[in-house]
Amino acid sequence: MDRLILPKNKMSEFINAIKTKYQVFAPVENDGVTLFKQIKDSSEVNLDFSNSKVPPKALLFKQTETLFKFTPGTKGKIDPVDIPNEKTVIFGIRPCDAKSLTILDHVFKNDFEDPYYLTKRENTVLVGLSCNQPDVNCFCTSFDDGPASAEHVDILLTDIGDKYYVEVKSDKGKQLAKTVDKLLRPASENDGEKKKEVEKKAADIITRHQKTDGIVDKLDKIFDNPFWKNIAVKCLGCGTCTYLCPTCHCFDIQDETTMAKGARIRVWDSCMRPEYTLQASGYNPRPTRMNRVRNRVYHKYSYYPKNYDIIACVGCGRCIDNCPTNIDIIDVVTKAGEVKA
Amino acid sequence: MKNPYQPRLATIDDIREEVGGQRAIKTFRLKFQDKDIQKDFNFLPGQCAMVSLFGTGECFFAISSSPTQKGHIEVSVMKLGKVTSALHECEPGDVVGVRGPYGNSFDVNGWQSKNLIFIGGGIGQAPLRSLINYVVDNRKKYGKLDVIYGARSSKDLSYKQEFAEMEKRKDVNVHLSIDVEEDGWKKFVGFVPTNLLRVKPSPKNAIAVTCGPPIMIKFVIQNLEKLGFTEDQIFTTLEMRMKCGIGKCGRCNIGNLYVCKDGPVFSYKQLKNIQGER
Repeated sequence: MDRLILPKNKMSEFINAIKTKYQVFAPVENDGVTLFKQIKDSSEVNLDFSNSKVPPKALLFKQTETLFKFTPGTKGKIDPVDIPNEKTVIFGIRPCDAKSLTILDHVFKNDFEDPYYLTKRENTVLVGLSCNQPDVNCFCTSFDDGPASAEHVDILLTDIGDKYYVEVKSDKGKQLAKTVDKLLRPASENDGEKKKEVEKKAADIITRHQKTDGIVDKLDKIFDNPFWKNIAVKCLGCGTCTYLCPTCHCFDIQDETTMAKGARIRVWDSCMRPEYTLQASGYNPRPTRMNRVRNRVYHKYSYYPKNYDIIACVGCGRCIDNCPTNIDIIDVVTKAGEVKA
Repeated sequence: MKNPYQPRLATIDDIREEVGGQRAIKTFRLKFQDKDIQKDFNFLPGQCAMVSLFGTGECFFAISSSPTQKGHIEVSVMKLGKVTSALHECEPGDVVGVRGPYGNSFDVNGWQSKNLIFIGGGIGQAPLRSLINYVVDNRKKYGKLDVIYGARSSKDLSYKQEFAEMEKRKDVNVHLSIDVEEDGWKKFVGFVPTNLLRVKPSPKNAIAVTCGPPIMIKFVIQNLEKLGFTEDQIFTTLEMRMKCGIGKCGRCNIGNLYVCKDGPVFSYKQLKNIQGER
């Protein structure tokens, strides 16, 4: 791994240099909401943010995406669409959101490769930005990760005062670093120490902790426990948690048509909706909100670890921040661990 | 990278009305427009395909024809929702999209030389038909063969012609039933699980495969256990609402397993040990 230094006053030059070789998505603030958007100039970028409202997974797994076009009816004409393959940088992605992509890779790679997600994923370089000021509901440290972890990014930038400490992790990262090598210089041992200090300080800010020890086995034992009904009582079924979750991957496929043109599109779906599992016969295997809330928790903390050996939560805190009835996944899972089986 | 979402075009070659009326069932014979794709579409009994009408949507169906019948695939469809209703309006020559084959299959190799008992109800016979025809076409490889099948009324029985042919054979025992008495019906009257007890197949060296409405499957399994079948001798094939068919869209899970990819065929032993809504 290369360890380099980017002086703070070179940041805007750095971003603009990358922009000559890649399309760049970066955090942009609009009316108090930060979202990852494609930028035309470094001046649009706001690096003073806690995290984006919508996770950057939306750049790779789009909320709405055309799978192919067709002529409606029974004559049978399909027009494939080009899957975007531009060289792309997600600039300023947080370590937790970067990890969510590693988690999503399992689903989109398994058995049948998903070309829409994977093509974009392969052509995307993740330039991460460490969290110096984790938010009140952040809990990435519950999963042995940290606010300054370079594990899942190609390059990690950490603000260590008057400069950024730059860790170049992967070949993709090295390639990108080449385009900006004039702005970078080798880091000193002292800089490395400073990064560790910043990392420790940030981790210490995180006070919330989710207890996940033995959670997979525990959930196996409490599937039929009334605990789930009590948790679900508060849920309105709005689905906000699923739309803002960086690891949720459920989707619907719909045909949209005009008289002469049609497209099969993929859209984000939510397991919080009763229609999600409703069968044509009228039968619904998950008919009550309890079934749906329980399934969501089990999907993240039982089914996913069973299938892919990783918990499908990164501790970003979005579902807690945005739940209209204050359902708190940290409490839910921690309390599930304490339920008498 | 292959695109698993993009279907291949297939022409509806033939449509047979199995059942009329409110619970109409039709069997569609589909031929891929590209002969090489047709030739390469290798599947085993129990596997499924996504069939789509462009502008209406896609549905996941068990392939109801046997792989021993080359040159086409068939799906049997009950008219129920948006896509199935539109399919019922189709005519021969119409073009649909097909992708697959998907899911696991019945263990037709592992079950060689075993006595086989098939217990189907209503539209649940569709996946069993693929398996039954496969076994009949490879008759010497398997032991005794019992086919138990029932529907609400004689009008609701699918594949009547094929059953008539099968009943003529000495090496297949067919046991048909209807739920309520009807003039002229000389065979068994009563529910499928009851007919199973009457037929009383021996569990010795046997495999039982059942598919039908959930309530039927429940009592068939109870009765099979009464007859001495163990949980690893009983198999079923399941259905769920599905969108992708390839284990990504999320909705067809029972616990950590996806019916589209890890199923649709499950042993009762497996099902008993998975926790999850079904």
